Amino acid sequence: MRDGIINILVVGIGGQGVMTAAEMLARTALNQGYDVKKTEVAGMAQRGGVVSSHVRFGPRIYSPQIDAGEADLLIGFEAAEALRWLPWLRPTGVAMVNTLRIAPPVVSVGLYDYPADPIGQLAASGVEVHAFDAGAIAEQLGNPKLVNSIMLGAISDHLPFPADVLKTAIIEGFRAYKPKLAEVNAQAFDAGRQAGHTDR
Amino acid sequence: MNAVVHAKAASRHLLSGNEAVARAAWEAGVRVAAAYPGTPATEILENIALYPDIYSEWSVNEKVAVEVAIGASLAGSRALAAMKHVGMNVASDAFMTQSLAGVVGGLVLVVADDVGLSSSQNEQDSRYWGRFGHMPILEPADSQEAYEMTKMAFDLSEQYETPVIVRMTTRVCHVKAMVEFTGERVEHPAAGFQKNPQRWVMTPANAKPRLALMHERDRQLRALSETSELNTAYVGSDRRIGFVTSGPAFMHVREAFPNAPVLKLGFSHPPPLEKIRAFAATVDTLVVVEETEALLETEIRAAGIAVQGKELLPRCGELAPSVLRPAIKALLGELHEAPKPLQAGVFPRPPTMCASCPHLGPYFALSHIRNLNIVGDIGCYTLGAGHPWNALDTCTCMGASLSMAHGMDKGRGASDEQKHIVAVIGDSTFLHMGMQGLLNMIYNRGNVTVLLLDNRSVGMTGGQENPGTGQNLHGLPAPRVDFVKLAEGLGVRPERIRTVDPYELPTIVKLVREEIKMEEPSVIITTRPCSLTDRFERFRPYAVVEDLCTGCGNCIDLGCPAISVARRERVATKSGKSRELVFARIDPNACTGCHMCAGTCAPAAIVQQSQDSVVRIQPHA
Repeated sequence: MRDGIINILVVGIGGQGVMTAAEMLARTALNQGYDVKKTEVAGMAQRGGVVSSHVRFGPRIYSPQIDAGEADLLIGFEAAEALRWLPWLRPTGVAMVNTLRIAPPVVSVGLYDYPADPIGQLAASGVEVHAFDAGAIAEQLGNPKLVNSIMLGAISDHLPFPADVLKTAIIEGFRAYKPKLAEVNAQAFDAGRQAGHTDR
Repeated sequence: MNAVVHAKAASRHLLSGNEAVARAAWEAGVRVAAAYPGTPATEILENIALYPDIYSEWSVNEKVAVEVAIGASLAGSRALAAMKHVGMNVASDAFMTQSLAGVVGGLVLVVADDVGLSSSQNEQDSRYWGRFGHMPILEPADSQEAYEMTKMAFDLSEQYETPVIVRMTTRVCHVKAMVEFTGERVEHPAAGFQKNPQRWVMTPANAKPRLALMHERDRQLRALSETSELNTAYVGSDRRIGFVTSGPAFMHVREAFPNAPVLKLGFSHPPPLEKIRAFAATVDTLVVVEETEALLETEIRAAGIAVQGKELLPRCGELAPSVLRPAIKALLGELHEAPKPLQAGVFPRPPTMCASCPHLGPYFALSHIRNLNIVGDIGCYTLGAGHPWNALDTCTCMGASLSMAHGMDKGRGASDEQKHIVAVIGDSTFLHMGMQGLLNMIYNRGNVTVLLLDNRSVGMTGGQENPGTGQNLHGLPAPRVDFVKLAEGLGVRPERIRTVDPYELPTIVKLVREEIKMEEPSVIITTRPCSLTDRFERFRPYAVVEDLCTGCGNCIDLGCPAISVARRERVATKSGKSRELVFARIDPNACTGCHMCAGTCAPAAIVQQSQDSVVRIQPHA
């Protein structure tokens, strides 16, 4: 954090819920009284391309974009995507990574290689890395769509407001629109929060 | 219902620039709004559609949308048309003359420039249109300003009887930021159309006297710009460089140089040259930061004010802080110490077609037929130019495929003699501007095989409705155009109009082979909906039976992202050479059961899973 501003980069692949997670962080920060800006390039993202969403909040935010080397937190919904955006992280930053690996067609047909150990590469750069299999936790809780709440739970202890503030915001959102899913998302948030404390 | 629709004045919301424009249109009493979808402007009309007080529609193209808005304005209604930058080119015929005649109800054109080309075929600076068409331009820098300036634009439009341009960019349209509402809807009832041929019938005799009036309006707007509160100077302690800036570039300047004086131009055309001259006198060096062309810079220099701009900064792309910092430090003769970014090298992940996309079948066919020149168009199917199909040779603008193909046929060169000319276009693009090309081809006895890929949606922008889908902007039933009858009406012989299920691979390959041999235009129409829309039906997934798979790799050539390489094996052939076998697998989570890949498999190794054998597996890398 610099000048009271926190920069969070949420990355993954089109369709993974990256923008939904970023939106949740931005709304919660707004309700906490921060000035907030959130941006992403979404044009062709739903065709399986790279998605990155920038969330910035603090006393006053001008530019919505996070420059290379300026992110405090990196939330990676996929392992290679987290590695792709590593240059955006400060050397003192924290990377919270889902170990899921999704190879695009250019990799599966052999034009490019998928990195053998993306998490190891992240850690070797010197940043603080927490990595876990969010998909497995979601499976245990019975719904693959819970990955979003799991990742938000994992990052919740690295925010400038209490983790419960974010949790309450998520649960209230589900209570308003999909009340049946509120309880299981609360469990997912807690499970993610616990997983986020793992060392790699 | 979206909560913002019912929100009261003085409430605060996290809104994108597009959502903010929609709320502003509602508050401003807009009665008619029209648009054709286009990134990054699409969500403006999608959000306006949530307000029941506004009549809103997807028009078939941007020219039609602007003409609808003009008609509403002449009837006395406040009206809005929204479009992406290239849409302005299509619409320009309408507004270039209406700017001369003027407006009655406030008429606002919201244009979204895709600075940085996140999803466009070019990068354009729509601020040229304000100069060309004698229309004032307001340039918001964020969502709050998009909201406020859209409301002001309607007052300005009515006061000066001119269309007004609100110029957005991707970094305003799609950035979410805090917006505080200052009001709620204020009705502006329409008085009705007042007949006045001298004013509204733009014959030479009637148009000529309007020219002087338009130039007088320019003069008045220039005076207004000098005093407008939208053009504001921000003081700064470091007076070595003062910035003149507009749009989101203002935010980047403030971020990068918090202590520098800045003159922010929200009312950027006509520019307040005297205000700029006075500001320039307070700083050592004046620098213009504008996206993307050197418009303000040229006008400021022409006014005799010393200024720098594009010799320091790029002429294209976003002027983000990371771009500004090194350029300005260099101007000051300072060393720029950029933080050394951490390094990572990762494979590219280009956008691709979706699992069971109905475009996969036609592209499989096109990639397996030799001697084709394939003239493409704007839509998801433009991705056919990429891996693994490599089956699209041009992409220029909306609807160009048919007319360019016709020209390529008529202008054949020596190497084209044995070539067949194919045009590929989607349903919405065909209705937008493609029909005319087909009519022209028939009228002039051309010979092109047209693939009309009807996926019943505007796919690339997120599955919006069009006259071919049977629903309107609001999801309500609407008359659905019959593409077969339409093609026949334009003059295609009924025998040459073929409809085909794009999932039936052997059939579509055979059909394309047949039609390219014909000495007259053919239209092949596909019949499956976009797999991302509600019209798409999912079935049980398919799987590769390992024992039967021969490793031919045909199914991989389909380009379906649900199919990947399980393993490779190098074997010796009878002739003594070696050959690589590629064995495939299907991700059951991604597969929708469309069965297209089964049509590529000679040994019938791809079979639908039975009810109880469906297993969920973790995706592999």
